[in-house]
Amino acid sequence: MSDLIASAAPPYPAAAEKFKFYGLWIAAAIALLVLPKLFGSGGSLTTFSLIGISIIFSLSYNILLGQTGMLSFGHAVYYGLGGFLVIHAINIIGINKLPIPLPVVPLIGGLTGLLFAVLLGWVSTQRSGTAFAMISLGVAELIASSALILRTFFGGEAGISANRTKLLRVFDWSFGPQIQIYYLVAAWTLIAVVAMYALTRTPLGRMCNAVRDNPERVQFVGYDPHVVRYLAFCFSGFFAGIAGALAAINFEIANSAYLGAAQSGTVLFATYIGGVGFFIGPIVGAIFVTFLSLGLSDLTPVWQLYFGLIFIAVVVFAPGGITGLLMMHRPLLKAGTLTKVLPSYLIAFVPTLAMITGLILAIEVTVHYTVNPGDDSHIKAFGVNFDAASPYIWAMAAILMIGGFLVARKTWTWVGHAWDEATSMTREQGIAA
Amino acid sequence: MLELIVISTLNGVLFGMLLFLMASGLTVIFSMLGVLNFAHASFYMLGAFFGFQISRWFGFWPALLIAPLLAGAIGAGVERYGLRRVHKNGHVAELLFTFGLAFAIEEIVQIIWGKSPVDFRVPPLLDFPAFTIFSTNYPAYKMFMLLVSVVIFAALLITLKKTRIGLIVQAALTHPHMVGHLGHNVGRIFMLVFGVGTALAAVAGVIAGPALVTQSNMAGLLGPILFVVVVVGGLGSLPGAFVASLLIGLVQTFAVSMNGSLSGAFGPLSPDYATTWLADIWGVTIAQIAPIMPYVLLVLILIFRPMGLLGTRDT
Repeated sequence: MSDLIASAAPPYPAAAEKFKFYGLWIAAAIALLVLPKLFGSGGSLTTFSLIGISIIFSLSYNILLGQTGMLSFGHAVYYGLGGFLVIHAINIIGINKLPIPLPVVPLIGGLTGLLFAVLLGWVSTQRSGTAFAMISLGVAELIASSALILRTFFGGEAGISANRTKLLRVFDWSFGPQIQIYYLVAAWTLIAVVAMYALTRTPLGRMCNAVRDNPERVQFVGYDPHVVRYLAFCFSGFFAGIAGALAAINFEIANSAYLGAAQSGTVLFATYIGGVGFFIGPIVGAIFVTFLSLGLSDLTPVWQLYFGLIFIAVVVFAPGGITGLLMMHRPLLKAGTLTKVLPSYLIAFVPTLAMITGLILAIEVTVHYTVNPGDDSHIKAFGVNFDAASPYIWAMAAILMIGGFLVARKTWTWVGHAWDEATSMTREQGIAA
Repeated sequence: MLELIVISTLNGVLFGMLLFLMASGLTVIFSMLGVLNFAHASFYMLGAFFGFQISRWFGFWPALLIAPLLAGAIGAGVERYGLRRVHKNGHVAELLFTFGLAFAIEEIVQIIWGKSPVDFRVPPLLDFPAFTIFSTNYPAYKMFMLLVSVVIFAALLITLKKTRIGLIVQAALTHPHMVGHLGHNVGRIFMLVFGVGTALAAVAGVIAGPALVTQSNMAGLLGPILFVVVVVGGLGSLPGAFVASLLIGLVQTFAVSMNGSLSGAFGPLSPDYATTWLADIWGVTIAQIAPIMPYVLLVLILIFRPMGLLGTRDT
């Protein structure tokens, strides 16, 4: 009996592991503090704020998708409603001079998200899987369309705005300059990340994983999967509301785009590209997607197409996302067999890059002829100038694309062989791959 | 009033049949492959734009034939080279793949045909009023749309009930694994079903294109309604999809033609509330809330009958 208990309960963490665990959070806090000292320009502060908001939003989304296995197409509802309520709250607090400082205002957004998740969640989470995905889409459309009808509250197409500096000041912070907003977002990001991490370690978090993996057995154990899904949905709505509130504070405006399908799609992209299998995945995804959308939109007019193609490529080739891809190599690194696969990666990288370059070239040339056919054919995409009318460019695109594809297919089978070899060697060393 | 009812019923049935053209393909694909094709409405859009382009080059009638074939071929290719690869990663990955595809198709359509509506006209042969009821001219093209969708509906019914392929498809609706065990090439059936399903959506696109607006956001507008149809009808139930298509078609068409509002029924709101949100609710007409009617219906169905109207399977 005592053996059973010993094997069921995890061993008490050693001091070194505890130090590593808490050290990681403290390091994250210090990094957030130091970041604006290293990159202090207004543009980078705005970017960091957007990333922080996106991190909270993506992590809240992952409570649904990654932890509980519910694919939602309407998560922006809770984000957007949180944002709208916060704008109204700031206006009311400002007019009535209520003693509420700005740093606690995001909590209002969180509670709004929670309230609506409580209201809409019970119906939405009745079914899981594909039906849940469709229901979330329908509910999102319902809310987004209603927002355009209730003009007084949602401000119609233009949205509603507020002045964040008119609130009670603590320590003489007006929250006018972006640096103060950055620190506000950073603090809330840290709090929300810690809270959401803690949630995954609670019994509820574990039951969520169980509902994701095998709802039938959860029922046998005596839990109602619907209730577990509902609770996860409520928590997710709460954190999404906080993210929406921070976004509303950052932009000082809330409009119907906050609630829309595009916003729901973006958070899905960020979470999935980052990787739903690990807690850190959505954080990586939020950083990656924010940089990507800011960077790509400067480089090419059709950045959203590339965005969609990257997402499709991740779904097809790397269902674990970026973190899943990296974490796959951890056992190899431990066993020291990583050197077996690296050369084959380098070989496969060249034709793959050629194929992608050809594809980009083909897309950009096509875009030139369909979007602005009358313009000068010397175009610039990704910082490179070329002549879209030149047949050489067309030929080059075709050769790179087709040739790259044929060679890449060959080299990726080599990668597969090298991978199999490396993992079997890892297994022989007794490390689970 | 009678005029309104007759015209709205005609339009509602028409819209419902169009919805069913798409919902039928979506339902069969879902039942067989287990994946809800998020990009289904995108194939409807592709059908409309292919139809527009081909009718410019060769005229409307070749377009009616070629555009669905093209879209169907693309659909079959998507199944063969995309979905089948993703299949091993589970249903969520499949759904996400089609979601990404819908996103990419919308972007590509925007790149090629632009964001503004294209000038897709009713063919001159059908550009005349078919009949006049109560002083309203009912266009012949709409009757043609109705005819096409009814013919396809009948053909689909006969194929499903009377032919061997229909038998296999029907068997695969309830016992997909057994069909495989019986030695049918399940992969090819899947590809075929996906191709035919997307081609049906494209037919709907070609015939709806001239009557409605052919624009790059048409998939985004119609897609959610389509999913409401299949959820309300019951996921995987073909008769359910039919009932739900007609229901939503009628509900939306009737709602659009009604002008009633709370202020109309109970008199205007007192001026004290004129600037509050209550005024919005009071003043909104039924026509204005027509776009949200399908979603209200969805929520109601979920509360009272979570399986859908005729659904049996829980997913």
